[in-house]
Amino acid sequence: MLLEGRVWRFGDNVDTDQIIPARYLNTTDPAELAAHCMEDADPEFPGKVRPGDILVAGRNFGCGSSREQAPLSLKAAGVACVVAASFARIFYRNAINIGLPIVECPEAAGAVAQGDRIAVDLGAGVLRAGEASFRVAPFPEFMQRIIAAGGLVPYTRQKLAKEVQDP
Amino acid sequence: MAMTATQKILARHAGLERVEAGQLIEARLDLVLGNDITAPLAIIEFEKLGATRVFDPERVVLVADHFVPNKDIKSAMQSKRQRDFARAHQLPHYYEGGDGGIEHALLPERGLTRPGMLIIGADSHTCTYGALGAFSTGVGSTDLAVAMATGKAWFKVPAAIRVVYRGKLRPWVGGKDLILHTIGRLGVEGANYRTLELTGEALAQVSVEGRLTMANMGIEAGAKNAFMEPDQATLAWVDARTDVPYEVVRSDHDAPFEATLEIDVGQVEPQVALPHLPENARGVSQVGDVAVDQVVIGSCTNGRLEDLRVAAKILAGKKVHPWVRLIVIPATQAIYRQALEEGLLKVFVDAGGIVSTPTCGPCLGGHMGVLAEGERALATTNRNFVGRMGHPKSEVYLAGPAVAAATAVRGRISSPEEVA
Ligand code: SF4
Repeated sequence: MLLEGRVWRFGDNVDTDQIIPARYLNTTDPAELAAHCMEDADPEFPGKVRPGDILVAGRNFGCGSSREQAPLSLKAAGVACVVAASFARIFYRNAINIGLPIVECPEAAGAVAQGDRIAVDLGAGVLRAGEASFRVAPFPEFMQRIIAAGGLVPYTRQKLAKEVQDP
Repeated sequence: MAMTATQKILARHAGLERVEAGQLIEARLDLVLGNDITAPLAIIEFEKLGATRVFDPERVVLVADHFVPNKDIKSAMQSKRQRDFARAHQLPHYYEGGDGGIEHALLPERGLTRPGMLIIGADSHTCTYGALGAFSTGVGSTDLAVAMATGKAWFKVPAAIRVVYRGKLRPWVGGKDLILHTIGRLGVEGANYRTLELTGEALAQVSVEGRLTMANMGIEAGAKNAFMEPDQATLAWVDARTDVPYEVVRSDHDAPFEATLEIDVGQVEPQVALPHLPENARGVSQVGDVAVDQVVIGSCTNGRLEDLRVAAKILAGKKVHPWVRLIVIPATQAIYRQALEEGLLKVFVDAGGIVSTPTCGPCLGGHMGVLAEGERALATTNRNFVGRMGHPKSEVYLAGPAVAAATAVRGRISSPEEVA
């Protein structure tokens, strides 16, 4: 999968309260969540983000609560991929489970700026920014299967169907 | 080969002899948990799965606690979705209102969490139950959906870090102070993807409630789970709440720990974490002159009976500072009742404090004490991120109940020594 887009830059320790503040957790509607995505970190983000944009952040992106509304709001806002120096554990798991591509790449996180255009080739495990290119760690095979199925729910549905056929 | 307690619990539930750090496994779950924020989303995914039944109604616990009693129409609709699901699937462990409370205080209190269990919850502070010798970890709504349907989840076996506490506790220092100090030493990412095993002879001086507070905040160092080996005090506490049998699991003496942090608790004074990260912890004497508008005593971290007793001891016969709102929230209805019987609630009200029914409320900026722009709170909660308790330009300082009560009296962040 090749993802190419415009960069939004954020710093270290962007927590889930910044990605989607708890005051908006009284809904599960993705469009409503997207309208407030990242607004406490950058009030202009929800109005200006365009489908295909790529979010690039520093260390420990997505720390804090387990709210899946965080990756969901990013996905619904049109964010194609999140690149970070590192991710907090639950956010990483949730992103995989809902099929939001995320890439750990400390070198790229240090090298790209707001507004840059970058390309992430998930299959080849490469991130390109202008002249520079960086290697990104491929997902373990098990996670690739979840992503290929489109998330944990379709993956499990396929698995359950198979168990019914040949128990 | 030697294993940590966490590895042993994961191995048993995966039907394997042994597991190693980094290994991906699928494991059987003893208990799964959701709440009024995470379960509604999980229920949508559960339906997408085509599932018609939960794997075991006894093992699915749903708690309405974040926005309850419902703060607005939208949260009422969310809560209702969870309530309808609990009714439709006849879940015996659905809690709301008069028999409820905040999930991570409620489940241990009801004897639902026991040593050796494997528990996941769609809430990051599910790591709390590690204080009782269980493996428990926070996940998202999709994981919860699949877990409710299949009773299983995938895990990457974590590597482990050990924290060893030695020495003698200073006055007014409790579990909250030890864990804030520990997070200050490790950093908010210091235990990311790892097990945090909390051990050492000094923990015998910390009550089981204080240990639940410590494990609760493991996630604030990024940990996947926090684990504490049960001792006699833990087992007595558990046995007083359940007669369901359980198995105590311990780390081998030569278990693989990636790193060990030693802490002399005698060096730790009551702690305060400054905005906007829990790792900004320091001794209360090092905070300087900081006036506050609000003090909150409550949450799954410090809303237990012991916390209320400590706060009441300081507040008895005193008045809350005229420019401070003190909000006290017992974490569960049982704690509320006991605090009522002991006269603690009267102490708070007589001092000029506000006492709320159990709810997460202000902890996540939901209701019952949301901060305005420029306002500052000191809270016994667990997170002080930007906007956590309200306006993105408000501030939260974290501390234990003793510092919180002292601060409520003086109107500025204070050591309990200054008022007691
Ligand atoms: S009290 Fe706060 S941290 Fe605990 S479950 Fe509720 S919102 Fe989460």
